[in-house]
Amino acid sequence: MALPVYATPAQRLWHYIYLVICTLVLFFLVMPLVAVIPISFSVSPFLQFTPEMLRLDPDAFSLRWYRIMIGDCSDPGITTVCSDNWKIGAKNSLFIGVIATLLATTLGIFAALGLSRPIMPFRKLIMAVMISPLIVPLIITASGMFFFFAKFNLVSTFTGLILAHTVLGLPFVVITVTATLVGFDTNLTKAAASLGGGPIRNFFKVQMPLILPGVISGALFAFITSFDEVVIVLFIGGPEQITLPRQMWSGIRQEISPTILSVATILVILSICLLTTVELLRRRSERLRGIRPT
Amino acid sequence: MASSVETVPALKVHDLHKRFGEVEVLKGVNLDAHVGDVISMLGASGSGKSTFLRCINLLETPDSGSISVQGETIEMTVDRAGSPVPTDMDQVIRLRARLGMVFQSFNLWQHMTVLENVTEALVHVLKMSKTEAHERGCETLDKVGMLDRKDYYPAHISGGQQQRAAIARALAMEPDVMLFDEPTSALDPELVGEVLKVMRTLADEGRTMIVVTHEIGFARDVSNKVIFLHEGAIETQGPPAEMFDNPASPRFRQFLANALH
Repeated sequence: MALPVYATPAQRLWHYIYLVICTLVLFFLVMPLVAVIPISFSVSPFLQFTPEMLRLDPDAFSLRWYRIMIGDCSDPGITTVCSDNWKIGAKNSLFIGVIATLLATTLGIFAALGLSRPIMPFRKLIMAVMISPLIVPLIITASGMFFFFAKFNLVSTFTGLILAHTVLGLPFVVITVTATLVGFDTNLTKAAASLGGGPIRNFFKVQMPLILPGVISGALFAFITSFDEVVIVLFIGGPEQITLPRQMWSGIRQEISPTILSVATILVILSICLLTTVELLRRRSERLRGIRPT
Repeated sequence: MASSVETVPALKVHDLHKRFGEVEVLKGVNLDAHVGDVISMLGASGSGKSTFLRCINLLETPDSGSISVQGETIEMTVDRAGSPVPTDMDQVIRLRARLGMVFQSFNLWQHMTVLENVTEALVHVLKMSKTEAHERGCETLDKVGMLDRKDYYPAHISGGQQQRAAIARALAMEPDVMLFDEPTSALDPELVGEVLKVMRTLADEGRTMIVVTHEIGFARDVSNKVIFLHEGAIETQGPPAEMFDNPASPRFRQFLANALH
């Protein structure tokens, strides 16, 4: 945003203060993530910038923590615990995340469709209940789920974790899809109906493709929620359910190992790739079809 | 025109009533459209003409009255709450496919190209093969002068072109009756002509059409019957020559004076 030529001195001053504030906000948001990356390549088993690293001495850098991450324990210099837990955690997190996202997305779309119909009774109440996992402190949800799931033998099972993560992801899907449906022109489904299409086909052929951007961003949020969720896993997960966040949690608690930073680096890169891909796909569809993003 | 009393009307609407809450929008409207009829429906905004059209293919559910397409009457009943509902939704879906509808705001599907918009229902409702549908789609688009735009997405063509594509979408189904709901009202003035020209061609082919419109010229020149609705009831109707040259109803005279001033 450029400054117009007729700006007063006060407006100019504010403009520069504004730029400084924005820069500071972005700096504090991004720096903690960036700082992690060089330390993950350090030789030292402590989470710090060593003087050698700052001198850019090649001997101060190594991939040893990445090797531990993938379960390669051949490095003789390693004093920390080395196991397959990171690999298992990644696999479990991915598995739980994908299934919970699929469930939350499917259920969330149905819920949003129902809640956007004016004839639906108690809409506000149902909406509030469904959004509640976002508002209720996670520790309360987690302990509640623990006692509730115990009655159904769902504690220490993958099923229990998937169900719990579905509940956490659901509000994101419901909110984004509901928002997309507000902008949806119901005349388009009427046009489909006027040509003799049945309600189910009209939904999948006409409505679904048009609300897809909302569905995808909701699903993305649901997946990320599940993927970095640690409180519920600590309550409900048994020894079998090692997830990535849980492994990081126990790693940080028992011994401070730079392996965590290696994992964090990989996750940051993955997140950037994922968001970039989604954004590129969105722009492509916008360019192709001229559909305005909602 | 081939309208005789003995033949089964392509579309027969009898005593149609519809209310939205307290407001009675339609107070018993009758309409007989025989094969080849082009019926223009005029009326001030709020006179119920668009609602009437939407009731015909049950996009709005009428409160009472009957609708028959080629002699087949849509069966209605009441649900537990006492509101009228169609007895057999499959029948409604089947009959809708025989009533082609063109909307004021085109309502093309934005995620499909012009051609895909046209072939979608051919493949999924009429169960044509992809090649048949493609052929029929291109033929129909050619008829409305849109063949060269077949691979465009709706957002990239003008309103007039979108409306012609929407006409092709309805036309490709070879419906018994075409319903036009103010097809030119959302268009810029310079784009109205191209759409009216297509509609005129269809009328000349002898297609049965019911046109809700504000285009007095079209009503006068193309249709063989004009209906003037006022506050949900038919105020006056007749052949255009009679209606326009010698308006019997003072309300219709007033309407014409306002429309032509």
